[in-house]
Amino acid sequence: MSRIRQAFHGHALIPFITCGDPDLETTELLVRKLAEAGADLIELGIPFSDPTAEGPVIMSASERALKAGTTTDRIFEMTERLSREIQIPLVFMTYANVVYSYDSDRFLKRCAETGIDGLILPDVPYEEMEEFAPYCKKYGVDFIRMIAPTSEHRISMIAEAAEGFIYIVSSLGVTGMRSSIQTDIRPMTEVIRSVTDVPCAVGFGISDAKQAKAMASVSDGAIVGSAIVRLIGQYGKDCPEPVYEFVKELADAVHSLDPS
Amino acid sequence: MSERKGRFGEFGGQYIPETLMNAVIELDEAYQKYRQDPEFNAELTDLFNQYAGRPSMLYYAGRMSRDLGGADIYLKREDLNHTGAHKINNVLGQALLAKKMGKTRLIAETGAGQHGVATATAAALFGMECVVFMGEEDTRRQALNVYKMKLLGADVIPVKTGTGTLKDAVSQAFREWTARISDTHYCLGSVMGPHPFPTIVRDFQAVISKEIREQMLEKTGRLPDAVIACVGGGSNAIGAFYHFIPDKEVRLIGCEAAGRGIDTAETAATIAAGRMGIFHGMKSYFCQDEFGQIAPVYSISAGLDYPGIGPEHAWLHQTGRAEYAAVTDEEAVQAFEYLSRMEGIIPAIESAHALAYAIKAAPAMKGQNIVVNLSGRGDKDCVSVARYRGEELSE
Repeated sequence: MSRIRQAFHGHALIPFITCGDPDLETTELLVRKLAEAGADLIELGIPFSDPTAEGPVIMSASERALKAGTTTDRIFEMTERLSREIQIPLVFMTYANVVYSYDSDRFLKRCAETGIDGLILPDVPYEEMEEFAPYCKKYGVDFIRMIAPTSEHRISMIAEAAEGFIYIVSSLGVTGMRSSIQTDIRPMTEVIRSVTDVPCAVGFGISDAKQAKAMASVSDGAIVGSAIVRLIGQYGKDCPEPVYEFVKELADAVHSLDPS
Repeated sequence: MSERKGRFGEFGGQYIPETLMNAVIELDEAYQKYRQDPEFNAELTDLFNQYAGRPSMLYYAGRMSRDLGGADIYLKREDLNHTGAHKINNVLGQALLAKKMGKTRLIAETGAGQHGVATATAAALFGMECVVFMGEEDTRRQALNVYKMKLLGADVIPVKTGTGTLKDAVSQAFREWTARISDTHYCLGSVMGPHPFPTIVRDFQAVISKEIREQMLEKTGRLPDAVIACVGGGSNAIGAFYHFIPDKEVRLIGCEAAGRGIDTAETAATIAAGRMGIFHGMKSYFCQDEFGQIAPVYSISAGLDYPGIGPEHAWLHQTGRAEYAAVTDEEAVQAFEYLSRMEGIIPAIESAHALAYAIKAAPAMKGQNIVVNLSGRGDKDCVSVARYRGEELSE
């Protein structure tokens, strides 16, 4: 069983941050803080110049990170240091061109060497999996699949090929906080459950502990990005404490679903 | 790999979020159905002929040919189409397809504003809602086109992210489509993006080479020796090339925007300065840095100011079937001025890139026939060319 699967021993809280926002030193501190606050898995964004699946909050974070001189190589140097002390799994979230231009084989090899357990590429759907899947397999990195509210009859096909965990996109549109999530997640998880026991977590639009708990309760976990990244944007280098407080609240809410 | 759906060799594909997959599959199925439907094709031909002003003329540029003293130069007058550019061909096709699919709202990106104006025009004609995304920088460079789009009833959304140019407008249009799919068709303006867009747009623009072929045979009794067109995403070029691809004796030449030069950072010449990558739904060539970050490209022409190129062009380049040359701002501006004085035709600054290549190549091509695709008219560019020459215009 992969380390990611093990992270779902109960309901999981998965925070997302963009590497290098506001700088890599802060990111490194943040990762430790997120683990301390009770995160079960951490999603690390490698910034991309043109993130077409992101809303304004994460777009700005990518811009800040790139302006600060963040590069794929420097991120690998950071994850290499972190992997020696962080026990929970780390997954990368980035865009196809970041991996492809680095050379997919070399990128996934570096992932494996520096303790990265999974890869999420929002611009690579099921039809284009073969571009990266062979390299993920070669180096034992889980290739995380996404399922959207528009997936309909595609859900079982995608779920059957899933590994690590399944990322359920809660809403139409891009990443970002929403006051309410309209999609009924339950019918989606029912289809997923009928074909696989790979755990699934809901992301996109989760802005507070209440929503995180509600989304985790109909799946196996909640992914929170923009609400955390907004705090990082607001506090800059001083963000680790406020982020810790917020993530602890999220993690406690999600974990309250599990028998203690 | 070449058998994969929507691929031109290894180029193309469907690199888009899962949220949009059913939308592009639905579009592909609808297109496969209607492309063979005689009624659809009759309706489209009627729109081309009665509304857009097709077929467009093939004009023998006699003064220019004599002045250059080499090849005979013919201009395919796409600038005379309704809305002043080749863009209307694709837009009428896609709007009709969207209507058949039951969509009531069109969204589009635009660079120079030509595709935005064409989409707003089709939306008005079909009684559809229309939203156009345009880089903030471009809304300044092409203020007149912004006004036209609004006049035609469209909402124009300035895109402030990134470099505020065409690539950012494309990204924002994709984001908008992800948020609202059921009633909305994304009317993509070039032979780019995920499958089936590169094929759909090519097929609707292929009317250009179909006509050139017939017109050249009628005027000269033979096929042209070279067809020259400017390339940003590459829709007018693929339209001008398509029916000549099997005729190996016809040289196909695409002219990219070199901006201030391909050895500078201020260029948009994708084939000359880029390398293979995956972006905006497709595998193709892109201007990018060593870590795959998309480069902030530059050209005097807002319509060619794009860091990628359509996947079929990437394939034509890789297989050697088409040649791609880079043309600088200065060369394009000189061609813009040259054609205005020599033939009394003010070309779009985009099309002037193709003219500049023809002006250079023609003297050494005596006895040969060149067709330049004059993809658009230049009214929209007078202010920026005047500024390039140090003159500020105001009305």
